Amino acid sequence: MSNILFDAPGPRARARHRIFAVLGALVLAGIVAYVGWRFYDSGQFTGRKWEWIQYTKIQEDLISAVLSTLQAFALGAVLALLFGAIFAAGRLSEHKSIRRVSTFVVELFRAIPLLIMMFLFYYGLPAVGVSMSPYMAVVLGLMLYNGSVLAEVFRAGILALPRGQSEAAYALGMRKTQVMVLILLPQALRSMMPTIISQLVVLLKDTALGFLITYEELLRFAQRIGGDGLFSRPFVPTALVVAGIYIGLCLLLTWLANYLQKRERRSKKHIELEGGPTKDLEAAVLAGRTSGN
Amino acid sequence: MNILIDYWPLFRDGFLTTIELFLLAGVASLVFGVFLAMLRVSPVPVFRAAGTLYVTVVRNTPLTLVFLFFVFAYPYLDIIEMSFFTAAVVALSVYTSAFICEVVRSGINTVPLGQAEAARALGLTFGQSLAEIILPQALRSVVPPLVSTLIALLKNTTIAAGFSVPEAGRIRSVLSDDGENQLVGLLWVSLGFIVLVMVLTLVQRTLEKRWSVAR
Repeated sequence: MSNILFDAPGPRARARHRIFAVLGALVLAGIVAYVGWRFYDSGQFTGRKWEWIQYTKIQEDLISAVLSTLQAFALGAVLALLFGAIFAAGRLSEHKSIRRVSTFVVELFRAIPLLIMMFLFYYGLPAVGVSMSPYMAVVLGLMLYNGSVLAEVFRAGILALPRGQSEAAYALGMRKTQVMVLILLPQALRSMMPTIISQLVVLLKDTALGFLITYEELLRFAQRIGGDGLFSRPFVPTALVVAGIYIGLCLLLTWLANYLQKRERRSKKHIELEGGPTKDLEAAVLAGRTSGN
Repeated sequence: MNILIDYWPLFRDGFLTTIELFLLAGVASLVFGVFLAMLRVSPVPVFRAAGTLYVTVVRNTPLTLVFLFFVFAYPYLDIIEMSFFTAAVVALSVYTSAFICEVVRSGINTVPLGQAEAARALGLTFGQSLAEIILPQALRSVVPPLVSTLIALLKNTTIAAGFSVPEAGRIRSVLSDDGENQLVGLLWVSLGFIVLVMVLTLVQRTLEKRWSVAR
């Protein structure tokens, strides 16, 4: 789409673009070189700063840190999907009271910062005699926050389906639950899959907040090793390694989303949404994706 | 209620710092985000690649890690010294601008083809057509998602509390040092954020009404 903004370049424009390209590449290379030189000059590339990675114990710690991040992600994702499904159904309910309660819950948990929620569970609840492990606090926070966002995603997906689908199902004599489970959900889930997965990427990134309530995950590992005087405080190397792991994991999920989307386009079962709802859907998708961390 | 009254200066200063962080990082990431979006639609492939790389890397990194980098790792590079507050503003801006970039770019794509074609037919250059024709319309059509991103930024400022910035998320640890009831304090903090988010939502609705373009 972006190429609508300029004509196919003629000879002079091509020459100009080439000059821009060279200049841009030089500026970028300059920035990268400067940062690289700072890294080098401050001794971040010396063997001593990286030798921590050779210890078997630390490698094991790194793996267990990744696993505990993934553990929080897995349980949090399952619970958030369940929470989202339940409250999306609540918001679409025909009973006014259920609708109101669900809307209130969803809006409430979307407005409170996730970190404050985790603080509430981990530091606040002991005041009333309920204490929980950092792991539980992280998972509960992820469930409530991302679940609320997912509830909105599900709801938008179901509302965006053409009305004819549910009308036809009712005309065939199906009951409410049947219409929802057999007709609406399968279609909505398929069209919302990319959004759901990008929300799961947000959830994966949010597990890093566990760092602030002493959950022993990947970032905590980075801070512990990074602050270790024995290895002359390799904060920069550990941050780079951990960033690489996070980006790798998230890209894997994003790749999955793209793959599903592509497969979706090829499948014949796909229903083309009408102009109006699609726009709403896109807005909801955008809002959903960006209201996360 | 007592905690709020007894610790009023703490709550007031905390939320003021939060708002200050939010405003500074918000302006910085709006400016940088629009700049990134311009890079991503530019005719020069190198610029497009740079913009895409930045957005991909930053969007897939947890904000806490960005904070960790700027607060703990960055000082070892001896570039420019930053206070904790500045580091927090930089971390939040670096992170949020990637999301703003994507929102603005999707807005550019919603501007009808005819607008860009007309601008080109009038002989405007890429920069002119982008700045005078496309972006003003694109920004109007993305007000709702843009404000959603800013709401996310507001909520993300709490992470700065974990990195020595005395803002609203930090209130808890002061209460904890004084042996007060943290639950009540945290509930007040939550209420504060709910109010701030409601204000932003109101701004969103108003701007949407005022700026929505009839097409």
